[in-house]
Amino acid sequence: MSAVFVYSLVGIGLFNLGLYALIIYPHLLRKILAVNIMGSGVFLVLVALAGRTASGVPDPVPHAMVITGIVVAVSATALALVLMLRVSAATGQPELPEEK
Amino acid sequence: MVILLPIVAALSCFLWPGRSIWIGLINTFTIVLSVAGLSLQVVEQGAGRYAVGGWEAPLGIALVSDGLSLLMLMVTAVVGLAISVYSSCYFNQDKARHFWPLWMLLWAALNALFLSADIFNIYVTLELMGLAAVALVALAGGKNSLGAAMRYLLVSLLGSLFYLLGVVLLYHSFGTVDMSLLAQRLESSPAVWAAMGLMTSGLLLKTALFPLHFWLPPAHGNAPAPVSALLSALVVKASFYILLRLWLEVFPVASFEAGQLLGLLGAAAVLWGGVLALRQTRLKLMIAYSTVMQIGYLFLAFPLASIAGWKAAVYLLLSHALAKTAMFMAAGNILLYEGHDRIAELDRVAQRLPMTLGAFALAGVSLMGLPPSGGFIGKWLLLEAAIRSGQWWWGIVLIAGGLLTGAYVFKVIGFAFTQSNLPHESRAVPIGMEWAALFMAMLAIGLGFIAPWILSIMDTGSPFGVATR
Repeated sequence: MSAVFVYSLVGIGLFNLGLYALIIYPHLLRKILAVNIMGSGVFLVLVALAGRTASGVPDPVPHAMVITGIVVAVSATALALVLMLRVSAATGQPELPEEK
Repeated sequence: MVILLPIVAALSCFLWPGRSIWIGLINTFTIVLSVAGLSLQVVEQGAGRYAVGGWEAPLGIALVSDGLSLLMLMVTAVVGLAISVYSSCYFNQDKARHFWPLWMLLWAALNALFLSADIFNIYVTLELMGLAAVALVALAGGKNSLGAAMRYLLVSLLGSLFYLLGVVLLYHSFGTVDMSLLAQRLESSPAVWAAMGLMTSGLLLKTALFPLHFWLPPAHGNAPAPVSALLSALVVKASFYILLRLWLEVFPVASFEAGQLLGLLGAAAVLWGGVLALRQTRLKLMIAYSTVMQIGYLFLAFPLASIAGWKAAVYLLLSHALAKTAMFMAAGNILLYEGHDRIAELDRVAQRLPMTLGAFALAGVSLMGLPPSGGFIGKWLLLEAAIRSGQWWWGIVLIAGGLLTGAYVFKVIGFAFTQSNLPHESRAVPIGMEWAALFMAMLAIGLGFIAPWILSIMDTGSPFGVATR
């Protein structure tokens, strides 16, 4: 069980945990955190598998992709948090309003 | 150029909010001219490839323009032109300063997405597009639209993460994210199946195919009218475009069953969306369910897996984009005029807003698939492809969908001629909005007349594979 394998498994595990939490919990902040955890899981898989090169020096392209991904995730989280504040101001509680 | 211009426009809208409308309109015209220039170039010289900054793949970002990209860019430009004219009259000064930068960012993301040649760049542009779309939905401000925007954001992020995990698996299997290189290096393996499943599910979530369509009706029904038009016409089509590209270039090893599953989901979407559309009491929600239904049509091309089938799906996509824009703009006009959009109380709209209702009716004709509209050409091609490949049952779904569409379009038009019992104030509708709606509807019909030209553009760069007959 090499280190790369363990890290990739952890990444997939984080992804699944985040998916579960996103679906189950009604509180919006938990949903946003769950999406972030899913994102971290994907980035972990991406970076872990970059260590599988023949020469032992990790492949730098996935690292660049992860940095891009982190930037995207930060902006998405910022938008999500502002929306959550607006929703809780409009409906009184930080949960998705029930569909009629 | 077509990507850089709207970004600059969006940033300048933030810097000079008072002049947003003018910046937006001038930018719209320049983008339309740029797209026209690009079309001339592609039609004359064939598919083009451009490496940004001179850095070629696999390290750099390459832009590719073949027939499919070009058609998507053109339909975006046409819809964008109409929406810009419509929105310049629709929003008051306060909302306009928020609408225009977001709309320019959305346009930049769409153009970049249609020109991208590698799957990671597509992820970045997909996210940008999603964030801009969510912010546009939240622009209406009430409790309903904020809740719908939040739901849309979470769904969008979930879909993107599924897609990204697929990109990760593909990159680590084959060492590249460039689509043409992947097409050469691809071999069937469990990682590829997992990647295909993940990416397809993520993109299905973003395209709102049944049963993952739950976020679409609230978002499209509660957003301001031009935003709904943009979402239904362009944003859900962008994720379908990515799915199409993936299936064509990167996943020719796709199994027969996967295509049948997508076709079944598409058929279910057509029937479910159609029946639910008939049951709606609010006009904008009805049009949103109509979008759910029309997206189902697009997926009927997957079990056919023939070039004629793909071309038919793209043709349906183009005509639906134009027709749905017209319909939402007409609904926006009616909402502005009456103050509400309950179908049963439409109070003689036919006499008072004849241009608007004409636009709605013409758009409905294209959606129903009556000749000579663009929708008819798309459905005819799809029907032909279905019969030719021996799977005639998809044709029955097509015809049933046409009947359902006819039912709800006629229901609205019927109520538009009657007088309602409740009196209400009515406000004048700016003439620019009515002309924009009518223009788009006439284009949707006109798409049926220029079919040979569009089909020949689709062949540029042979994105669908080389025809064997």
